Amino acid sequence: MKRFMRLLFLLLLGMQAAHAGLVIEITEGVEGALPIAVVPFRWKGDPASPPPQKVGRIVAADLHRSGYFKTLPESQMLAFPSATAEVDFRDWRALKQENLVIGEVEPNGPGGYKVIFKLFDVYQGEQLMGYSFATTARDLRSVAHHIADLIYETLTGKPGAFATRIAYVVSEGTLEHPRISLRIADSDGYNSQMIVSSSEPILSPAWSPDGRRLAYVSFENGRPSIWIQEVFTGKRQRLTHFKGINGAPAFSPDGRFLAMALSKDGDPDIYVMDLATRKLRRLVRHWAIDTEPAWSPDGRYIVFTSDRGGSPQIYRVPVTGGAAERLTYENGYNARASYSPDGKLLTFITRVGQQFRIAVMDLARGSVRVLTDGSLDESPSFAPNGSMIIYATRYGGKGVLAAVSTDGRVEQRLALQSGDVRDPVWSPYYK
Amino acid sequence: MKKLPLFLFPLLLFTLLLAGCGTTGPTTEESGAGGAAGTAAGGAGGAETSAASQGGAWTGSPLEDPNSPLHEKVVHFDFDSSEIRPEYLPMLRAHADYLVNHPSARVVIEGHCDERGSREYNIALGERRANAVKRFLEAEGVSSLQLETISYGEERPVDPGHNEAAWAKNRRAVLVYQ
Repeated sequence: MKRFMRLLFLLLLGMQAAHAGLVIEITEGVEGALPIAVVPFRWKGDPASPPPQKVGRIVAADLHRSGYFKTLPESQMLAFPSATAEVDFRDWRALKQENLVIGEVEPNGPGGYKVIFKLFDVYQGEQLMGYSFATTARDLRSVAHHIADLIYETLTGKPGAFATRIAYVVSEGTLEHPRISLRIADSDGYNSQMIVSSSEPILSPAWSPDGRRLAYVSFENGRPSIWIQEVFTGKRQRLTHFKGINGAPAFSPDGRFLAMALSKDGDPDIYVMDLATRKLRRLVRHWAIDTEPAWSPDGRYIVFTSDRGGSPQIYRVPVTGGAAERLTYENGYNARASYSPDGKLLTFITRVGQQFRIAVMDLARGSVRVLTDGSLDESPSFAPNGSMIIYATRYGGKGVLAAVSTDGRVEQRLALQSGDVRDPVWSPYYK
Repeated sequence: MKKLPLFLFPLLLFTLLLAGCGTTGPTTEESGAGGAAGTAAGGAGGAETSAASQGGAWTGSPLEDPNSPLHEKVVHFDFDSSEIRPEYLPMLRAHADYLVNHPSARVVIEGHCDERGSREYNIALGERRANAVKRFLEAEGVSSLQLETISYGEERPVDPGHNEAAWAKNRRAVLVYQ
């Protein structure tokens, strides 16, 4: 079944018109996904100049992509209501739909739009939710993602993460003359924008907790430095340029500190910088490799990768300092850990035989579950609602991004049109 | 940048090198640059610059003589290891002799990894490989002032393949004479 889905997807991919950015494919669906019909939103303005985005289709694609919804193809719809009075629930019961979404887009002043949508329970025959948004052409996609978030939350009880973004690194060009760029895109892969580009390596993007800044490592000056850049203005500053490694930046949950790996005093150790004073504190000091710090959501702990036990494993240390506690024992290689938003799970890379895969550990139980089946999977990062983990994998001879649900039941692949894609990190909710 | 006259390139490269040299230490400059980062800083720590000899004329350095052990400048490693295998010791000793006899010679030792595992751990592992070579050369009498290290982790493979043969080539330390 999985193979069939992949094949189908490749066929679809082949038919798809080329566009910049990412293409998302669902590689595995959930049994018992909730059937939902999202009727194309009706444009109430001049038919000759429709809005630049099909809002209803974006909402449907988001819900489908989550794996928790089975969206009804438009070709199977018996009617196309856009207002409550036009809805005949018998149409949708006949199609075995549990929920129905309708909507309208109206002109709203020069360059403006008003988007109205309603969500119904088909069997109860009642409206569950309805909102209207005033927006512009530029933000129509974003409004569609917000609508998908509202529907997702109403029907699953958990907040959606469609109106969020991902940061990732793309390598293009040749081996001798690569072009490396750090990009951000909407969580559905559209609106891909370059943040910084260089002929030298760029790696390890990390979001600030308000989603407004990215820290990253760039070799643009010939050696690695940590930079912090404002996502919306492009303004940036070089934070560190010490001798040796300047790597693995990670913002604290309150945004005041940046944890990082520095080897300026010999071996790579974990340091915490106060971003207001630029004062550095060495949190972990050991002759072995210590790198890849990540904060617990409550800001009390930092997990990191260390090979002090002879192989790379995950350790945890209180932010106030103290002894490091080893968390992983299974498999000979565990690295690049990060917390789920609720602090209950860790995701990291683990080696299974000769394959590198994405695993999740339940911190209370200590149990580890391998979620993926690739051979070179890396850089896992939780969605801000904890439902999915985005990671880098290889497919068709190049690096692509993929996401897997935290329970391992839903997989999707985000394929870039060109270049090698890697180092994804999911944004927090914007504040 | 695309249309820059060719004769300006050496000047540009020189400027970039200078820029690279002037910024060591814990600086906190604010560049405020909005768009793309620095352009072709490629020469600042890499092998590419030293390879460009004048007008293709071979100057007679043993470093370029295919019959000299100094011609070999790459040490390969096992997976997740920074141990120098015995077969590389004669070559490294030849480089140590050369450096001791040419005190003005400078070498950057690059550490590299294969693509497996995490990127930042590989940066750390690459540094450990570069340091292993540096320590060996120092033990052979080379001044630490002649040696510099940099780790590229898995970011600069020589072989783009995804198999053991490619990985074995990519797990390396490279001596880059400046």
